[in-house]
Amino acid sequence: MPNGAVAHADPHGPASAAGFGAGGHDHAHHPALQHHFQTLDQQHEASTLGMWIFLVTEVMFFGGLLMAYLLYRVWYPEAWSEGSEELDIVLGGFNTVVLIGSSLTMAFGVRAAQTGEQKATVRWLLLTIGLGLTFLVVKGFEYYHKWELHHIPGPNFSFEGPHAAQVQIFLSLYFGLTGLHALHMIIGCAIMGVITWMAHKKRFTPEWYTPVELAGLYWHFVDIVWIFLFPLLYLVDRARQLS
Amino acid sequence: MLSGIPLFPEQASTLAPEVDNLYFFITAVTAFFALLVVVFVTVFAIKYRDRTGTKVGEPIHGSIPLEIGWSLIPFLITMVIFAWATVVFFQIVRAPDQTLEVYSTGKRWMWRFQHIDGKSEINELHVPLGRPVKVVFTSEDVLHSLYVPAFRVKADAIPGRYSSIWFTPTKTGEFHLFCAEYCGTNHSGMIGKVVVMEPNEYQAWLSGDTGLPMAARGEQLFQQLGCVSCHLPDGAGRGPSLLGKFGGQETLGDGTVVAVDDVYVRESILAPQQKLVAGYQPLMPTFQGQVNEEGVMSLIEYIKTLPSTGQPAAAAQARTAPAPAAQGGSR
Amino acid sequence: MTTTVLPRVNYLNVRHTLASWLFTKDHKRIGLMYLVVVTAAFALGGVFAAGVRIELTTPEGDFVSADTYNRLFTMHGVAMVFFVLIPAVPAILGNFVLPLMIGAKDVAFPKINLLSWYVFVIGFVFTLAAMAFGGVDTGWTFYTPYSTQFSNSSVMLTGIGIFITGFSSILTGLNFMVTIHRMRAPGMTWFRMPLFVWALYATSIVQILGTPVIAITVGMLALERALGFGIFDPRLGGDPVLFQHLFWFYSHPAVYIMILPPMGVISEVIACFSRKPVFGYSFVAFSSLAIAIFGFLVWAHHLFVAGISPYSAMVFSFLSFAVAIPSAVKTFNWTATLYKGAIWWQAPMIWVFGFLGLFLVGGLTGLFLASLGLDVHLHDTYFVVAHFHYIMVGGAIMGYFSGLHYWWPKMTGKMYSNSAATFAAVLVFVGFNLTFFPQFILGYLGMPRRYHVYAEEFQVLNVMSTAGASLLGVGYTLIASYLIHSVFRGRAAGDNPWGATGLEWETQSPPIPENFDETPIVTGGAYEYTKRGAKVA
Repeated sequence: MPNGAVAHADPHGPASAAGFGAGGHDHAHHPALQHHFQTLDQQHEASTLGMWIFLVTEVMFFGGLLMAYLLYRVWYPEAWSEGSEELDIVLGGFNTVVLIGSSLTMAFGVRAAQTGEQKATVRWLLLTIGLGLTFLVVKGFEYYHKWELHHIPGPNFSFEGPHAAQVQIFLSLYFGLTGLHALHMIIGCAIMGVITWMAHKKRFTPEWYTPVELAGLYWHFVDIVWIFLFPLLYLVDRARQLS
Repeated sequence: MLSGIPLFPEQASTLAPEVDNLYFFITAVTAFFALLVVVFVTVFAIKYRDRTGTKVGEPIHGSIPLEIGWSLIPFLITMVIFAWATVVFFQIVRAPDQTLEVYSTGKRWMWRFQHIDGKSEINELHVPLGRPVKVVFTSEDVLHSLYVPAFRVKADAIPGRYSSIWFTPTKTGEFHLFCAEYCGTNHSGMIGKVVVMEPNEYQAWLSGDTGLPMAARGEQLFQQLGCVSCHLPDGAGRGPSLLGKFGGQETLGDGTVVAVDDVYVRESILAPQQKLVAGYQPLMPTFQGQVNEEGVMSLIEYIKTLPSTGQPAAAAQARTAPAPAAQGGSR
Repeated sequence: MTTTVLPRVNYLNVRHTLASWLFTKDHKRIGLMYLVVVTAAFALGGVFAAGVRIELTTPEGDFVSADTYNRLFTMHGVAMVFFVLIPAVPAILGNFVLPLMIGAKDVAFPKINLLSWYVFVIGFVFTLAAMAFGGVDTGWTFYTPYSTQFSNSSVMLTGIGIFITGFSSILTGLNFMVTIHRMRAPGMTWFRMPLFVWALYATSIVQILGTPVIAITVGMLALERALGFGIFDPRLGGDPVLFQHLFWFYSHPAVYIMILPPMGVISEVIACFSRKPVFGYSFVAFSSLAIAIFGFLVWAHHLFVAGISPYSAMVFSFLSFAVAIPSAVKTFNWTATLYKGAIWWQAPMIWVFGFLGLFLVGGLTGLFLASLGLDVHLHDTYFVVAHFHYIMVGGAIMGYFSGLHYWWPKMTGKMYSNSAATFAAVLVFVGFNLTFFPQFILGYLGMPRRYHVYAEEFQVLNVMSTAGASLLGVGYTLIASYLIHSVFRGRAAGDNPWGATGLEWETQSPPIPENFDETPIVTGGAYEYTKRGAKVA
């Protein structure tokens, strides 16, 4: 051959004569192995890497809003303090505990899938969804309360205080950040629903439980975003207010 | 104007030759390298041409010395360009201390120029030859940009902020003034001209029908809007005294120190609670909506005339008096 | 003896139904599906450009109204940036060739690849809908407060379209990155990968890190416009320039998404048609990564006159000069590749020659704009328009056409007329220079961008520019015709008509659905042309 760079061979030896070739197809491989991958291991590594990269894009997605937050917090510290005071620290704190709890139940769910405990997997996943929905319900109450007080930015916004205009900016970012987060929670609950169903249908084995693992990564990420949002939004200048 | 195809803009300010020399240098450097590469590519493409498509080239993989060379040398050259360009940039953005100030607001789709002595123009700016002029401007609506190609100056007009350009005209005549930031339907109609006149002709033009000097207009607004009722000259009112404050510094309630410049004064009028002076209560209402940008500029001019000795009239006269004719080219 | 008969079963003829295309997971079919949509977007963007150039033949606004003109140049920008330049090389050529080049059966996530295409199409449909409702007139840059408070055009629809399409780019970048990490054939180490793969990898970094930021920025724009959120509103103390920072944080790296893959194409084609390895392989590979990373550090060079601090401007100016160096390194390495080569003047290589000249001018004129003292005068003038068209069209589009002509026989199994292709390349090169070189002069003279009417003295240069644009239109139409003609009447190209190295040439043209009969094993570097003579089909 003129370029000498390539030799053709079947790299898997006689045991894997099935699976490749333009001709027949044989199910000697794991049913979850997709045909463009050569081994389950390769598929698992590719899937996990894919999810991590996706989470990086999510960091950048929230990052734009956080940059705006950073700029305006430096410019308008009083407005940030006043705006933060308007948020319910009890509900926010409760939600934080709920989400951290849901990450714990998720981790247990992944562990159960890893060890093949199918029923436990389903239970832990259901619990995770339950906690996630709890978070969303509480958030719904918070948003409703804000609507009642005319604190939603826009034509109906009304706020008493010397920095009302900038408090509106604070609340715009509050709704933007928590709204985006809540959207991710809703999608997360939907994904969890699908994963729970798959677990219920006994699709997962210790050899292959990748969807549970990936959903777990996503869920933990959404949790971590909240861990940042809670102090940034709810806890601005609280020490001064308490003293 | 159609007698030939213009290929190069006029140089009508002290900045223009500086900018053009930089331009010529960069053109020369880049043309040299462009030519170098084009010549090499052409020579190689022809000299080593193989019409059959069956021959093979010499398997040369690379050369570290060459890589270092053609990374380092361009880098050093770009650093020279960077340094020169930065020096020119600071000349462009740093106005000299003594300038003739003109205020301006851009709004869709016109430029309004307000001379301190009261004369106001739309889409035309008359300036004297040979004196540094500084235009302080903002926008009342969207982004615009004030651009005079013959002077090589430009800055964006941003709503809520002040920008400025400065120039010393070196030629009489009329020069294009363009809006250079897309602002909607009539963006390309938001144009005008800068008219540079001989100093004595400029004086004659100035002393025509002028209207009220800006500082006097500002004084009127100061009364009408009720500023005078809180900002008593002795500082015993609800707001601080403004005598002699402009150009100095003020300490705020949280301990920070700010410069009392036009940006601070504007902010204090439109968003008074932002930077409250130490020792005063947050009582001042905002005047947003009660005074437009031109009104704010007039108030600024008035406040500038309030010296510590409390003799506003003399100071105002000094500011609008014509400067001595021999004001050399500034650098 | 020429034949139009293609070899046995291939990815094109294996199934014929519409469903087999719309539900395909085959990266090769998906690449072709992108080709169809991108070509439609290119034609649309070209029509808008024609409207702009016809208007600019005269100083007065006598062809269309000011409002219509503003929509024309905006839609030209939106169509070309988001629906042509960003996807063209990665989503068409990258999708088709990447798995073949690394000896894989497909990309890592074929279903996500199909999803990418659907997301792209849906975004395009929203944007088309916006056009049907009169289009948008904010400029493709959507600066606030004009876009949030003053524009009466379809900002929301276009914003939604761009938001959605961004996810197509993100998913493609994610797919390619995992593919390159995990799907390379045995023996293909990182430094045996073809340079096109390095280019796609670097591009993926930018797609992944940058695109989400434009998505959230457009989202914030939409919230402000629709609901009155006050993030950019100066009346509330918001900062309109914040929008510019957020916008350009993506849109500057975006231009590297547009140019890195075509640069990768140039490396492939120049190696093949010089019959030798690319000079300085690792330097070219690393320069792609350097451009991707440095590209994130220069965004505020679009804001030099927007009121940023002069010290901040200095930093961004310095970095903008620095980011030019890796591109210069590539250009020198490509030139050195020609030295003592065996240069075969085929159509893909003619495009490369054009690229080298035009990218050179485009890149060097970037130095003018990076220079602070000069940018004050040149910002928002036709100098900028000329600069970016030299890179985007003279660079990226020429690179795209080079790749399209190079891999066309692999994609279709057919060969086009080399003389027609060479003529078209020369026509486009001449037309391009006539269109855009006068714009450098117009810019220094002070003609601002986005002007519907202009000062009389600018007319002659504008007429030259419009004349050039007509030649470009003819050239592009010619390309479409002979390429389409080749599909029906071209002769069979054979597995490796160019005698090139590379795994994609080791399999049949067009490839079988699984790409290779057996997984290849790689034992050498990417461009090992031996002295025994290159194989020509």
